[in-house]
Formats: sequence, structure tokens, C-alpha cells
Amino acid sequence: MNKAATAKECVAVVGIGQTKHVAARHDVSIAGLVREAARRALDDAQLTWADIDAVVIGKAPDFFEGVMMPELYLADALGAVGKPMLRVHTAGSVGGSTALVATNLVAARVHRTVLTLAFEKQSESNAMWGLSLPIPFQQPLLAGAGGFFAPHVRAYMRRTGAPDTVGSLVAYKDRRNALKNPYAHLHEKDITLEKVQASPMLWDPIRYSETCPSSDGACAMILTDRAGAARSPHPPAWVHGGAMRSEPTLFAGKDFVSPQAGKDCAADVYRQAGITDPRRQIDAVEMYVPFSWYEPMWLENLGFADEGEGWKLTEAGVTELDGDLPVNPSGGVLSTNPIGASGMIRFAEAALQVRGRAGDHQIDGARRALGHAYGGGAQFFSMWLVGADSPAA
Amino acid sequence: MREVAIVAFGQSDHVRDSAETSEVEMLMPVLHDVLAQTGLKARDIDFTCSGSSDYLAGRAFSFTMALDGVGAWPPISESHVEMDGAWALYEAWVKILTGEAETALVYAYGKSSPGDVREVLTRQLDPYYVAPLWPDSVALAALQARALIDAGLTDERELAGIAARSRTAAEANPHAQLRGPVPAGEHLVAPLRTGDCPPVGDGAAAVILAAGDTARRLTDRPAWIRGLDHRIEAHSLGVRDLTDSPSTRLAAQRAGAFERPLDTAELHAPFTSQEVVLRRALELDAPGSTVRINPSGGALAANPVMAAGLIRLGEAAARIQRGESDRALAHATSGPCLQQNLVAVLEGES
Repeated sequence: MNKAATAKECVAVVGIGQTKHVAARHDVSIAGLVREAARRALDDAQLTWADIDAVVIGKAPDFFEGVMMPELYLADALGAVGKPMLRVHTAGSVGGSTALVATNLVAARVHRTVLTLAFEKQSESNAMWGLSLPIPFQQPLLAGAGGFFAPHVRAYMRRTGAPDTVGSLVAYKDRRNALKNPYAHLHEKDITLEKVQASPMLWDPIRYSETCPSSDGACAMILTDRAGAARSPHPPAWVHGGAMRSEPTLFAGKDFVSPQAGKDCAADVYRQAGITDPRRQIDAVEMYVPFSWYEPMWLENLGFADEGEGWKLTEAGVTELDGDLPVNPSGGVLSTNPIGASGMIRFAEAALQVRGRAGDHQIDGARRALGHAYGGGAQFFSMWLVGADSPAA
Repeated sequence: MREVAIVAFGQSDHVRDSAETSEVEMLMPVLHDVLAQTGLKARDIDFTCSGSSDYLAGRAFSFTMALDGVGAWPPISESHVEMDGAWALYEAWVKILTGEAETALVYAYGKSSPGDVREVLTRQLDPYYVAPLWPDSVALAALQARALIDAGLTDERELAGIAARSRTAAEANPHAQLRGPVPAGEHLVAPLRTGDCPPVGDGAAAVILAAGDTARRLTDRPAWIRGLDHRIEAHSLGVRDLTDSPSTRLAAQRAGAFERPLDTAELHAPFTSQEVVLRRALELDAPGSTVRINPSGGALAANPVMAAGLIRLGEAAARIQRGESDRALAHATSGPCLQQNLVAVLEGES
């Protein structure tokens, strides 16, 4: 590719807003939910609706709320009237993909300042059955995602010899981290490792406490160019690299434990960001872990550990809040899962870390953080790496 | 701004009912067609983006099946919009503008035949106040047509003329579903007659984009995207003037449509009355204008939902590639009564 053809504009995150994620926001409409997050992102950036040039919105399948292409109805609530509005849908990775589409609008100098937002209001419908509509002549999905992913977790355990205690360690860590995050859905103040280990087995080897909740929630970010970042009232997070990769759902030779698309996506992001040793150079990771075992699996897939070694980092406490590679300081998807927004929350939490604005779950001195999302049958990946310093500064 | 062009366009034959073919089977020949036109292999494409709707497919993540038709192995850089493929083209265009891609494959597909598309589209409406009333897409378009007639901006005779012109033009379009004039018919929802409404059908389309010299290498006469913009309006019909399309006008302004005369306009107007709204917004009836409107027959001849907008861009580009146009406007729409609109200005190299 001809890199000299254009010099990309630097992109900065200057505003972040989330709703308090809960099981059911009966007090607001879908429009009210997204507006709340957008309003908080604007307040964080000290900008107004008039400062926004375009809106990029993402969410998971429309059946989750029972509204077809809901962005049409949300145009007013998001101040998009008279502006461009794009709707991204790339399965579970969508929150990340949405942020990357918005990033490109600024990078390509099509727009100066863009509002990007992702949401899910799962209480409007039933996600499990939204995923399981019967289609003639097609193999039905198993009820919910856990049934699909449990065999791949089992394959990981068999391949690496990981002891079956590792999953509960991840869940125990993430649920404790969530106690420090006021926006997290689950605040289990009396959580213990024993309670996680004693929770019912849902999809062997995944226990109830090792799965994500169903949440109503939205996350919004304001992205802007170098000039916009210079006016930012708070430190911006700079986008150092971003990429998406996809591969088919099923094919002979597919590695469900460590999909090639995930490896390629990480390699692309690291190349853009000049990362050669992710374990040492990255200070915090927000990765998409809907089932506890995906932490060690992604640690390997993303190059933080050699193949077969990911679970050892988890077991040794490396990924704890005070470890040398904190993973999901926010509490992660295991504590908060408005599906379509979960990827964007990972991206936003990574940005909060390098902005130094993560509050009680702040990692001291975080300069570079990775946001990660995946979806479909472990086939769609989106990632970005954000830094406290502007690229090539 | 970086030069980007449409270098290939392909579409399926649009049919009333494609029950015997899946979305992937409908799409694959079209993808092979555009790749063959450029001599590119799937692995040569830097970025892939598609547009489709789960609500048409009746299942969540329906686009993941279509990915099998692309052959995403080794893994590809890929994205999807839950919008008409014209907006997938927009995302791909932006990707090329960043310099991260030289080529992009854009595709879209929709099968309306398995369900009742008029009913399905009611699910796009405000879920609390409007959708529970199930006002269907023809009824809403009829409200718009009535507003136009009441304002003295058109009449049923002019609408019938638009229908006849469109289907006559489609006689030269081998992919169209309605080729040749059809009777004006009875009122479906007054004042719209069956002839004023699009056929319900299934279809797919694909486009390849390329930057600068890559585009020149891939085709003799690239259709250069000189401007591309899209805008959305308020959702509630009650706060809009349905006889006007300010979002189309603004998008056209930003795309540079008014800077020099056009010779062709491919308008995504599923209903005859919507062409009247668009022609006014785009000033296509200005004195001395010689713009040829919808030489493909437009959405009145084939309206595969989610692909019909991308097809307008493809048809306009194909005319430029064939040397039949030097400067064309292509338009796509989404939402009830033209709520969201995209305008592209395409030019051939003189």
C-alpha cells in the first residue's frame, strides 16, 4: 500500500460517557438511554451538540430490542438531524468497530469532531432467543452464546493442560475490580472465590459466576483531531493504532481456541503503534472476556503470553489490578454486558486509563492501553491501542 | 483529498421470489463478476464492507453467512453496516481516504420475499409511539404523495408518467424485475396506485473501489467519486415537511452536485412521488437541464431493499465507464419518507 499517498490526521479521544449499567433501565426509553451517555461524553469534553460533525452508532442484532435499524428513530436524541449518521453492526465486536469507523472519519479529514456511541437495552427483549430464531433448512444456534463457546474453552484446557481452577480466578478478579467502577453492572460486595467456585455449572466448564450478565447500557466517546485535542479540558487519549479482522464462522482447519483473525488484528495494531513487546510496552488491557476462560485464551492470542502459557499469567496474579499486566481493571464484560456496547466500553476504558481518568480502578502511570473486542463465532475482531502521548510526538 | 473511483459494478437479476437460493448463493456470482471485471482476486482486496438487514433475513448476525461468499480466509479487514450498501460504500471510501487501503469490495443484498416487507419496515419506526400502530411503508409514502398533491407540486397524471418512463427505461436493463410499462392499476393506498409503487423482490449488488493509479490500472474509464455526503432528518413525520428533502439538498451541496451541470441522475425513489421530492431538492428540473433521470429504470423497476441504493451508485458508475455519462449524480435513501439520504457525484476523466 502506498502510505505516502495521504498523511492521516491524528485522532484523540476527548470525551467519554457511560450510563450506570443495570439489568433493566425501566426509567428511560432507548432514546433516553443513548442520550444520557452522549450527554456525559459531551460534558467530559466540554463540548455541545453543535460541535459534533457526525454520529457513528453501533449495536448488536436489532432483534435484541425489536427495533429495525433503530438509528433512524435515534437521530433526534443524538442531535444528528442535519448531520451524517452511520450505523455499524459487526456482531459482538461492534462496539470496537464502531469506534474505529468514527476514528477513520477524523483520520481521513472528512470530519473534525465525531460522536460515537454504542448501546444495548437488553431488557426490551430477550437476547438469548433473539439469537435463536428458527430458520428453515439451517442448523439452529444453541440457546445462547455459552453453549457455542464452552467446547472451545474445553479445547483450550485440553490443549494447554490448564488446571480447571483458572476460570474462577478470572471471574473473582473481574467482579472485585467492578466494585471500584461506579458504572459496572454487577457490584457483588460479598464476592469470594469460594462463591464463584460453588456457583452452578451452566455450560461445562463454565459456571454461572464465570459468565457475563445481561445489561442495559450505553457508552459514548467524542473523537477529534489535533486541533480539537489542543482545546480539550482534560488530557486526551491518542489513537496509536486500530484494526479489524474477520474470518468465516466455520471451516476446516479453523482454530477456535486462538483464531488467526485475532492474531492478525493484534499484529496490525502493534505494527501501527510500534509495539514489539506487548507484555512490556502495554500498561493495561481491556479485553472482551464474556466467559472467564477467555482471559487466558486471549492473553495468548494477543501475544501477551506464549501459546499454552496464558493461564499461568492469570494464575500468578499478573492480570490483577496490581499485577504487572492488569487485565480488565473496569471489571470487564464479566461484570457489565450491554452486548452492542461492550466492545466500545473496552475501547473507552482503555482510553480512560491513559487519560488518567479511570477513578478508583486507575492503573498508576498507564501510558499505553489496549482495547479489544470480538464477536460472532470468535471470527470478528476489532482492537485499538491508545496512548497518553500523541503519535510521533 | 485522495482520488477514489468505482472501477467495477455487478448485480444479480432481481426477482420476486428467490426461495430456492440462499443469500450467499445470490451474492456469490455477483462477487465473482466484479472481481473478474478487474482481474483482482479476493486476497487482493484491502478492505471489504457490506450492507444488509437482520430484519429482512429474519435472523440475527445474518451477514456472517454472507461472509462465506467472500471467502474470508486468510482473515480479511472487513466491516458491515446495518444500512443500505450505499453507506457501506461510504465507509469503504473513508477507509481508502485514510490511506489504509488501495482497493475495497462493497456488497449488499436483501431478500424481501420471505416476509411481508411492508409490515417488516414498520419495525423501523419509533418503537414506543408509532411502531405499535403498524403504519406500513406504502401508507407512509402515500401520506407524502398526498402532501405533494395538496401543495400543488404534482398530480396523479405526472406520477403515472414517472412510472411509465422508469419501466420503459428498464427495458434496456436485463437485471430489472419490471421491464416495460405496467398498468397504473388501482389505488394501493390513495393517492398511490400499484404502478406508483416498487416491485417487491430479492437481489444483490457489488462494487469495487480503487484509489488513484490503481483505479486507472484496473479499468479503462474509472468513475471518480468527486464528492460523497449523507445526511439524516428528524424521525417523526410530524415535524418534517414531507414535500421537501433538505437532507438530500445539503448532501448534494457538500458533494459538489450544484457546481457544474450533470448529465445523469440515478435516484433511489421507490415511489413515484419521492422522485418529485428529490428532483426538487436536487434542482434537476431547472430551466435548460438535460439530466437523464434513472436510465436504469430505478427502484420502480427493481427494489431489492438494502441493495437498491448501492445499485444507484453502481448504475451511475457503469454509465460513466461505458462512456455514456461524464458527470452523474447517484442518490440513496433510507428510512420512512426519505428520512436519510446520500448523494455521490461521479465523473469520468475527460
